Amino acid sequence: MIHLEKRPQPSQVWTVITPVLAVILTMIVGGMMFAALGKPPLEAIRTIFWDPLFHPQFAGYSRPQLLVKAGPLILIAIGLSVGFRAGIWNIGAEGQYIMGAICGAGASLALYPSDSILLFPMMVIAGALGGWAWSMIPAILKTKFGTNEILVSLMLVYVAESILASVSSGLLRNPDGMGFPGSRNFQQWDAAANKELIANTGMHWGVVFALIAVIAAYVLFARHIRGFQIRLSGEAPRAARFAGVNPNRIVIFCLGTAGALAGLAGLFEVTGPAGQISIDFNSGYGFTAIIVAFLGRLHPVGILLAGLLMALTYIGGELAQLMLGVPGASIQLFQGMLLFFLLATDVFTNYRIRFGQGAA
Amino acid sequence: MADPLLRLTGLTKAYPGVIANDDVNFDIGENEIHALLGENGAGKSTLVKMIYGLVKPDRGSMVLQGQDYTPSEPSEARQRGVGMVFQHFSLFDALNVAENVALGMENPPKTRELAERIRTVSEEYGLPLDPSRIVGTLSAGERQRVEIIRCLLQDPKLLIMDEPTSVLTPQEVDILFQTLNKLRAEGTSILYISHKLEEIRTLCDTATILRLGKKVATCTPKDTSARELAEMMVGASFATPEARQTTLGEVALKVANLSLPAPGAFGTPLRDVSLSVQRGEVLGIGGVAGNGQDELLAALSGERLSPAGSIELLGTDVSRQGPMARRDAGLLSGPEERLGHAAAPNMSLTENGVLTAARREGLLKNGFIDWAAAKDFTEKVISTFDVRTPSANTAARALSGGNLQKYVIGREIMQRPEVLVVNQPTWGVDAAAAAAIRQAILDLAANGAAIVVISQDLDELMEISDRFAALNEGRLTDAVPVAGLTIDTIGLMMGGAQDMEVAHA
Amino acid sequence: MDLSSINPVLLVASIMVSATPILLAAIGEMVVERAGVLNLGVEGMMITGAVVGFAVAINTGNPALGFAAAALASAVLSLSFGVLTQLLLSNQVATGLGLTLVGLGLSSLIGKPYEGMKSPTLPKLDMGFLSDLPVVGRMLFSHDLMVYLSLALVIVVWAVLKYTRIGLILRAVGENHDAAHALGYKVVRIRMMAIFFGGACAGLGGAYLSLVRVPQWTEGMTAGAGWIALAIVVFASWRAGRVAIGAYLFGGVTVLQLNLQAAGAAVPVALLSASPYLMTILVLVFISARGAHGAPASLGRPFHASA
Repeated sequence: MIHLEKRPQPSQVWTVITPVLAVILTMIVGGMMFAALGKPPLEAIRTIFWDPLFHPQFAGYSRPQLLVKAGPLILIAIGLSVGFRAGIWNIGAEGQYIMGAICGAGASLALYPSDSILLFPMMVIAGALGGWAWSMIPAILKTKFGTNEILVSLMLVYVAESILASVSSGLLRNPDGMGFPGSRNFQQWDAAANKELIANTGMHWGVVFALIAVIAAYVLFARHIRGFQIRLSGEAPRAARFAGVNPNRIVIFCLGTAGALAGLAGLFEVTGPAGQISIDFNSGYGFTAIIVAFLGRLHPVGILLAGLLMALTYIGGELAQLMLGVPGASIQLFQGMLLFFLLATDVFTNYRIRFGQGAA
Repeated sequence: MADPLLRLTGLTKAYPGVIANDDVNFDIGENEIHALLGENGAGKSTLVKMIYGLVKPDRGSMVLQGQDYTPSEPSEARQRGVGMVFQHFSLFDALNVAENVALGMENPPKTRELAERIRTVSEEYGLPLDPSRIVGTLSAGERQRVEIIRCLLQDPKLLIMDEPTSVLTPQEVDILFQTLNKLRAEGTSILYISHKLEEIRTLCDTATILRLGKKVATCTPKDTSARELAEMMVGASFATPEARQTTLGEVALKVANLSLPAPGAFGTPLRDVSLSVQRGEVLGIGGVAGNGQDELLAALSGERLSPAGSIELLGTDVSRQGPMARRDAGLLSGPEERLGHAAAPNMSLTENGVLTAARREGLLKNGFIDWAAAKDFTEKVISTFDVRTPSANTAARALSGGNLQKYVIGREIMQRPEVLVVNQPTWGVDAAAAAAIRQAILDLAANGAAIVVISQDLDELMEISDRFAALNEGRLTDAVPVAGLTIDTIGLMMGGAQDMEVAHA
Repeated sequence: MDLSSINPVLLVASIMVSATPILLAAIGEMVVERAGVLNLGVEGMMITGAVVGFAVAINTGNPALGFAAAALASAVLSLSFGVLTQLLLSNQVATGLGLTLVGLGLSSLIGKPYEGMKSPTLPKLDMGFLSDLPVVGRMLFSHDLMVYLSLALVIVVWAVLKYTRIGLILRAVGENHDAAHALGYKVVRIRMMAIFFGGACAGLGGAYLSLVRVPQWTEGMTAGAGWIALAIVVFASWRAGRVAIGAYLFGGVTVLQLNLQAAGAAVPVALLSASPYLMTILVLVFISARGAHGAPASLGRPFHASA
């Protein structure tokens, strides 16, 4: 008989091993899935995980894409991880991301065609504020009324999507766009564009902010009392209250951070890679970032690595779609599986598997 | 001698790193109240879990009424006539009495019939109960009745009772003992688990003593002195706290007419609580569990704020201040629940040190934690209070209950509080550690701190307090000097009086 | 705008149709939560049910088989959640989210070939003279079988929880799993069965969307219905009857806003299309401000039978 025995303390080794194990399991089961779809499994896995970086023909194009895709994922995931550590389940990052993009873009479009050098910084602030404000809705409802933040933040994603649909064919529509939905293209507006900073690297302002966020989160959790209080609130809420931590402040801080970072990600996306506000500029980064946060064990460095890995599956997935005709949806499933396997193997961090006789 | 009701032969059960029961043999006779005696961790609960079918023994056998007895689950034990009254964890707050009883029965009758039987049986045994009451609204004593009735309805041959008196007032204990004697007279044997020696000497016919998983002796408690029993249980004599001279100083903590609503559906409101403690003094607060102990501690520690003017610390009103500000002003506290309240289970001892000592011990610089200083402080607590742990980096949950308790109490005492409030400071702690904790509390008082000890262990309170007060349904009695208090007075203070009348009706 | 274009008889009839998928998912989730498990994967299970039901109905030409397959597929998917949370003790919130993400991915993978196809749908029941009654007949007695089954399910769940031993044990497990374990009940097994039931119900709800309500397969077609089902369980304070009320209220809002959009009401379309979600938030705020009562005490807490 097999049973689980709680470890006296979480295993450090397994904390590091489980994400790797989860990736390997995902590759195996994913390979089986591709085989079932009639695609060569090994080739598919290689196309997803290897070719984007090293393929002689495609790597030149896809390597920079890695940072382009990883930037927003990391930025959002860092924000989410702050809340998840405190047991605050903001799963509406997608909505905060959309609202950040709308606010940042809207603020600049109101000033079109300004070419002030202050324009872009102003947009960055507006974007962060937009995401922050959107996340304050669940935060305030939770602190004032105890409303469940999971459901509220998620409902607000759908609300944000209706707003996006409305503004991209209404308020923010490009007046010179001959009636097509979608805003002006920011890439054609120098003062408002989020440009590639170093040619052919994919490095843009969003990536810079993501790296700053990683470092800031690292310092917050390793050294600062606020980070300690956040962890304490997640680990043992009663002990946190006993220590004197005000749970409402933690809720406001965590949701606010997540919202602001998601808003930033949205602003950088819409002014950079996406180029314009359109009904589908948001490619679900807000949801994928949840996987990134967990895969990175809610640790800033882990999230950095997990963001890069997840970006790889996006690019590799597109490549596999192109070269092998693998359905695009299989990548989404692939990412979901990764989270599932991670959660499944996570048991080893806190428990030992014992064989033989045990408690009935 | 007639065949025993239950014979245990060579029962052994090992868990990784610890042998909970090692070759335990003894018999429980017919019509016998058999005490199972031992310290926390002696293996009592593992043994009864094996008898009740919750745990499978590694080796050994049991014979019930001459037939092999190997229950693989509790329902089998119940079918064979073995019932158990738990100390914790076996009632459902949101369900009513009848539903709770039904859950403990194999083939419960229809609801209406069951309710009728609960009424009859509970009155027959002097433990009246209303079957339609929601269990969460019952007092600790009434909750125990639910468990007892649940067992009695199945006509058990053997009734296991795990520390039944820890939740009762002295008067309720008397009623319980009458019930148990009646049951014995009617042919039910009882396996009675306790570490309260006087109780066992009054009630039990036979006693089996366990220490570190092994049987030490089986004896007749009426012919054995409490001291002998204690020595068999502990295996050595231990230090009793030194007598001391109390020099009282100014009033350090004053609570005036504090009322607070219940924190949740099944919490207790505080009603008009007043108390005052002087420097150098220990105020003991007794009472049955669930009468407002947690709520009082939360109000004093600052976890819940109270109306302005209700709590005064060294002459300053702190009612509207949170735990951090109160700590800064010298009021420290230790809640009952070690894991999850006083300490975060998955965090290291060092991190748990930061939890309350961050500001008083100067572990913060501009909001950044000085981990080296935090580790120094933690190691100081560990060595001063003899906390057995591999290191300061060990997670709190990895420590045994006694060691963690020493750590969380030590953590507060090392911060030199002006006022210390603790709830159940020695709950679940072995005798030696309990003695050490009590001594540390007395030393702190001797150095001029004012101390409030909330505890359900009356012996402990009598030993260390200068004055005694009791909590009953969120009301606190006036404090009276401990010298000269009789057990009857204490019982009345704990509020048994009202329950009495109902029980005798 | 022309409000007269809204026919009250059709309105009530379509409310019943629009409430049914959420009702099915919510009543299943309520049973899961009463057992003490918080499964946030309802959305993922619903959409899996939607696509599997649709695919099977198209391939067999039999919508009933579609429903059966949908229930089975979602129940099996929910077991993965059960294994992770109950046996491997993973975090229920994270695992539920994972289940939703897996379900969304899985469904769009399975559903690709079926986009734009039309499936056989459930026939309307002919309830004899009841269906022929004026007004009421059209409103209440001319629906397909699933509408009535979902209402019957509410009554069955209510009765089982209130009057049967298995219902009592399920509530006990959700209330205090340590006590239930101490009395010898198999906490994990009971929770697994509840999770399986909840999965099957969510699958039926999803299939109702793709086979009757819409009836078509489009990617992401549940559009938050699973999350709304979760909110309705909270709204209902974990009571079966109130789940039905919640689902019908919600169905009402959805249908009304669609009717208003069609009637060209002078309200921004964005606001109308967001109204079901805004309404859900409002209801959640209202319920929590009043103090959410009736949540099972062990809800979402992991259970590990230590010695």
